[in-house]
Amino acid sequence: MSKTNFSSHLQSVARAYRLWAHHNIDIAVLPLMMVAVVITFSLLTAGTRHFFLSGANLSTIAFQIPILGLLSLAMMITMLTGGINLATISTANFTAVIMALILTHLFPEDPSSISAFLLVLLTIIAGLAFSLLLGLINGMLIAYIGVSPVLATLGTMIFYEGLTLAITKGFVLSNFPAQFLIIGIGTIFNIPYTLLVFILVVAILSIVLRRRPFGKQLYMVGSNETATHFSGISIKKVLLKTYLLSGLLCGVAAVILVARFNSANARTGASFLLLTVLISVLGGTDPFGGFGKISGLVLALLTLQFLSSGLNLLGVTPFVAISLWGIILIGAIVYRFFRAKQREKESMGVA
Amino acid sequence: MANVGNRIKHIFNRNESYLLAVLIVLIIVVSLINPKFLSGENFFAILRTYSFIGILSIGFLMVLISGGIDISFTATATVAQYAMAVFLAANPNVPIVMVILVPIVIGIILGSINAFLIHFLKAPSIIITISTLNAYYGILQFISKGRWIYGFPQWFRDFPNIKLIQFLNENGVYYGLSTITAIWIVLLIAGAIVLRYSVLGRNIYALGGDPKAAHRGGLNLFRLRLFCYSFMGFMAGIGAIVHAMVTQTVAPNALLGQEFDVVTAVVLGGASIFGGTGSVLGTVLGVGLVAVIKNALTIVRVPEYWHQVFIGGVLLISVVITATRTRLARQKNRIIDVQN
Repeated sequence: MSKTNFSSHLQSVARAYRLWAHHNIDIAVLPLMMVAVVITFSLLTAGTRHFFLSGANLSTIAFQIPILGLLSLAMMITMLTGGINLATISTANFTAVIMALILTHLFPEDPSSISAFLLVLLTIIAGLAFSLLLGLINGMLIAYIGVSPVLATLGTMIFYEGLTLAITKGFVLSNFPAQFLIIGIGTIFNIPYTLLVFILVVAILSIVLRRRPFGKQLYMVGSNETATHFSGISIKKVLLKTYLLSGLLCGVAAVILVARFNSANARTGASFLLLTVLISVLGGTDPFGGFGKISGLVLALLTLQFLSSGLNLLGVTPFVAISLWGIILIGAIVYRFFRAKQREKESMGVA
Repeated sequence: MANVGNRIKHIFNRNESYLLAVLIVLIIVVSLINPKFLSGENFFAILRTYSFIGILSIGFLMVLISGGIDISFTATATVAQYAMAVFLAANPNVPIVMVILVPIVIGIILGSINAFLIHFLKAPSIIITISTLNAYYGILQFISKGRWIYGFPQWFRDFPNIKLIQFLNENGVYYGLSTITAIWIVLLIAGAIVLRYSVLGRNIYALGGDPKAAHRGGLNLFRLRLFCYSFMGFMAGIGAIVHAMVTQTVAPNALLGQEFDVVTAVVLGGASIFGGTGSVLGTVLGVGLVAVIKNALTIVRVPEYWHQVFIGGVLLISVVITATRTRLARQKNRIIDVQN
């Protein structure tokens, strides 16, 4: 009885997948990849101290997803317009250091719970406002001065990282008040607060991209700038908003970064830049702009996070992982290329 | 008469003239702060130190003119340098030809991998080169386990100290034009000849100016891209040798971060990432400006951790100027102008 139940379950899952895959051909392979990764690492680590599906590992993954996810979203939305934001990591680190300075300088020794709450709130608001400012600089350079996104954000990446280094003198700031750190370590029903924040951001951003005029305009700018211009949309405003939003997402990541690691410095997560590009492209975002879905990004994020944790459990050195990300990214682009070619052939056949 | 007037106007309109003016003003200011700056010794020392950046800049310029970008060149140079060092350290009697050929061939191979991927996958060059940067670097770090290599043969240590033109200062110490700088100058001339006077060079400008038009005009875009990216790799290979000769140690992470100086120098020199513009002269002035700024920071005793702020700031200012000039020129007359 239970056997037939199971197989009928499996059949309905397969049916649902086929239906979904039909509409998401670009990222159809991702769920299969994800399942394959989970099964492979579970088998490889079964019976060892570092079992992939152990509570400890799953909890680590749940804590790691939000930061990488937010930074990937910050990368993805700029790619949708055909641009790129190379300054995501340095924006997050700069914001983190600013918040760290507020926390270490303004926080009294033993605050009452109300003033502690207000100060934490103030720190977060100041941090987010600061990240918006950094995003504004990128947006102004790209939208109004006409600098190419690659060079503009390469410049701000170097500049922001430089300022962060100058402020911290290369040291790591740490030891923040517990009232702030709770954001990074607290959980409800074993779900980290930070994961809930990430889910909330994903939900809001999905609505904005799919249902709001700004979302439509963002895709339009990415797919055909001239046509968008002649349909009366201000490309400059759309680009400015995109980079503002990208900065803000880095700001949210920075809040989590400070609270999770209890530290802030100029050079955290340098390898994240490649990973966020990889997650966006693997998730079906076209680096030339116009195409890409949040659902694809989330699937790619989960797949890579599982892969990364699995490699870590097996004791693979980070350098191998870094070169692996590079190779996977090229693989993803190769895959996209052949898919596009195949589709071209099919549509030619129909015509 | 009018012709002369136009010529003068043309000179004043050129990016290089402004750069030269800024460079001269900067040199005067720094010399006033510290007169030692203007010594012949310091001049040749700067030339020697920045030969590495200068050599890489020629390659990066070529890629930018073609309308692409390559940020993997420090990884390419590191791999090339490490391979060379392994050869040298294993056998001090290894033929000099090998010491020169190994890094250059590796550079060209890694550069052409970039060209293949960028051309055939029709993918943005920044994304491909971010991938290859990490792939090359990660693999090298894994294989080398981060080990440093030093203790090179005598000729390798002596060569960079040879002076082609020599002067004697008042303390009885010789200074002058190093062989390292001479290599840079030779490559500069070669780069300028290719870009200005060869059909290949003009085709690269055409590719960068408008790839579609270049394709319709019958140019083989793949061959052009292959040339630009492998030229970058070639320069990375030579840069790798030069850097190893100057520092006499080879570490798998020594070159990372130097790409900022190269990018800043070339962009300062007036090359646009949109392709089709840029010149060797501008790039030399760009390298000069970066070198003088960094040297000045040290002389004025600005702490090391502030240097990146200045490089980033200068890069931002120069991209703003380049973008503004392009926009104004486009508004004025919608003609694509190949520089020089």
